[in-house]
Amino acid sequence: MAVVHIEKLCKTYQLGPVQLPALRDVDLEIEQGQYIAIMGPSGSGKSTLLNLLGCLDRPTSGRYWLGGKDVSTLDDNHLSLIRGKRIGFIFQSYNLIGQLNVIENIKLPMSYQGFSEERSIERAGKLATMVGLGDRFKHRPRELSGGQQQRVAIARALANDPVIILADEPTGNLDSESGAEILTILDDLHQRGKTLIIVTHDEHIGGRAERTIHLLDGRIERVEYNHRR
Amino acid sequence: MHWFSAKRTIKLGVKSLWMHRLRSTLTMLGIVFGVCSVIAMLAIGEGASREAQDAIARLGSTNLIIETVKPSDEQANSGEANTMRKYGLTYVDAESIRNTIPSVQVIVPVREIDQEARYLNRKVAIKLIGTIPWYTEVSPVRLIRGRFLSSVDLQYQLATCVIENQVARKLFAFDDPLGMDVRIYGNYYRVVGIVARLAGGQTADSFASEIAAVNGNGGGGVIGNVYIPLTTARKRFTEVKASFGGGSESIEKVELQKIVVKVDSTEQVLPMRNILNTLLGRIHDKQDYNIVVPLELLRQAARTKQIFSIVLGSIAAISLLVGGIGIMNIMLATVSERTREIGIRRALGARKWDIIVQFLSETLLLTLAGGILGIILGALIPFLVTYFGHMPTVITPSSLVLAFGISAVVGITFGIYPAYRAANMDPIESLRHE
Repeated sequence: MAVVHIEKLCKTYQLGPVQLPALRDVDLEIEQGQYIAIMGPSGSGKSTLLNLLGCLDRPTSGRYWLGGKDVSTLDDNHLSLIRGKRIGFIFQSYNLIGQLNVIENIKLPMSYQGFSEERSIERAGKLATMVGLGDRFKHRPRELSGGQQQRVAIARALANDPVIILADEPTGNLDSESGAEILTILDDLHQRGKTLIIVTHDEHIGGRAERTIHLLDGRIERVEYNHRR
Repeated sequence: MHWFSAKRTIKLGVKSLWMHRLRSTLTMLGIVFGVCSVIAMLAIGEGASREAQDAIARLGSTNLIIETVKPSDEQANSGEANTMRKYGLTYVDAESIRNTIPSVQVIVPVREIDQEARYLNRKVAIKLIGTIPWYTEVSPVRLIRGRFLSSVDLQYQLATCVIENQVARKLFAFDDPLGMDVRIYGNYYRVVGIVARLAGGQTADSFASEIAAVNGNGGGGVIGNVYIPLTTARKRFTEVKASFGGGSESIEKVELQKIVVKVDSTEQVLPMRNILNTLLGRIHDKQDYNIVVPLELLRQAARTKQIFSIVLGSIAAISLLVGGIGIMNIMLATVSERTREIGIRRALGARKWDIIVQFLSETLLLTLAGGILGIILGALIPFLVTYFGHMPTVITPSSLVLAFGISAVVGITFGIYPAYRAANMDPIESLRHE
């Protein structure tokens, strides 16, 4: 079974008396190890889809199976658990916690899963080394460059070995050089068999993915397959 | 929660409080002063009431003290002017009480005369107490050396005396007073014993001088008591006292200043007062006596203490409440300031419960630290009050436990709402928060 399986997913926001449909009948299937880009103009429903995929929100109707588990009707507690265990988030603005150092930031998702301190520190160290921050363990986010901060975020996303990694404009705040480095790391993760879903405006990034999903007005407008690889 | 996650939570709490040192300290001050005032007020209140209760208890809870009271002028004027006024307790009263009330255990008549005691060229103002050997059973005196008055002294009207230690110190300095003769009003009395009034007798003193003031013989400059046999006092000192004041001359005769009655148990005290009132009311045609019941004073003191505690407790509770509200205010500000952090944590798998625990433990840490500081300060203040203000204070262990408990309760009560607010923020909104 697919890692992500979505059937007729709808999300409607209620703004006072006005109903605002953000997603309409989206069907989507993503296999293990695929590299997906979601593109579309603002207001097309990208963020809404990302929130639903990331279990930060529940659909108005439709079903969503993540790793074989129906998560569309789970309560808040279970959604938190799913987020921690099965999803890795990478944000545009990194979203690191300023008062924690690199290692503490990376092991944050593990602490909510009840890992022991030694085990999480050991794993956080390995992940930090993997993204090229082997000499920055004790640094605070503000002592790091944007590219380095985003690497911390990537390591953090990998902490609990998630089923899917969701990246929201991961290079949006970076200069082209750092952005290219981040994209290389993401490519590398893809090579290792991780399932990646990237939301982006950037055609160039979209081109790196195996499949690009174009959204418009809450619907999938078209799907592009890149056979470049 | 596992112990390591509890440890981690505490570590995180300490860290984020440390990040905002000034804010945390200012927030804590409310609790510090609240707890501090609870302890200090309770200690001062407890000290004051214990002092009063001790003083009253030293008068004896099974004692009844009948005092001579100068009857009011109206009653006095009904008699002829310029004649000798005779009032107060008499030897007949003491005799009647002994003969008619069998449940009286001890009855001690007391005569008080303001006099001067002399030894060599030294002179001190004293209160001469004429009484009987059983005085020691109804009064808080402790024999230091020698003996108290005996029945032989009484029977043969001997010129013996027992002096209080402060009198001995003033009069004899480094000499041994025992066996020496003290001159009082032209007669010599041999010192047979030295007594001390029990520790902290200050209030008993002021009580005694209050009675003395009522009796019209102010105790100014009196440094202590000298006890002689009642029979000797009766023989050598006149009961008539002339005084010239307010343009008129008055001559008074008072036989006894006090009769102290002791009963077997505290239950008998109040019935005994009624019996004494009835008996003395038959003998006396004027209200020239007053019955003081230490037990009743003790009960009154207990009631006063209760009111005192309630008032002080309320003030302290209000200050703690204010401190608690301050904490809640700051925690709400902290929560909204850290909205984004909450969003991040929620996205990374924190449940609502984890967020509640995080913020609640921060509030708790803050209040408990404030509580401990408050206890230290609160224990210091009574010490300073005692040292500089010469007021007794008593810090009871229960007040420490109470103060600490209150600060914990305040922490939980005023921490719950901010923590709940934090936990219920929408993760998506929080992540977008700048």
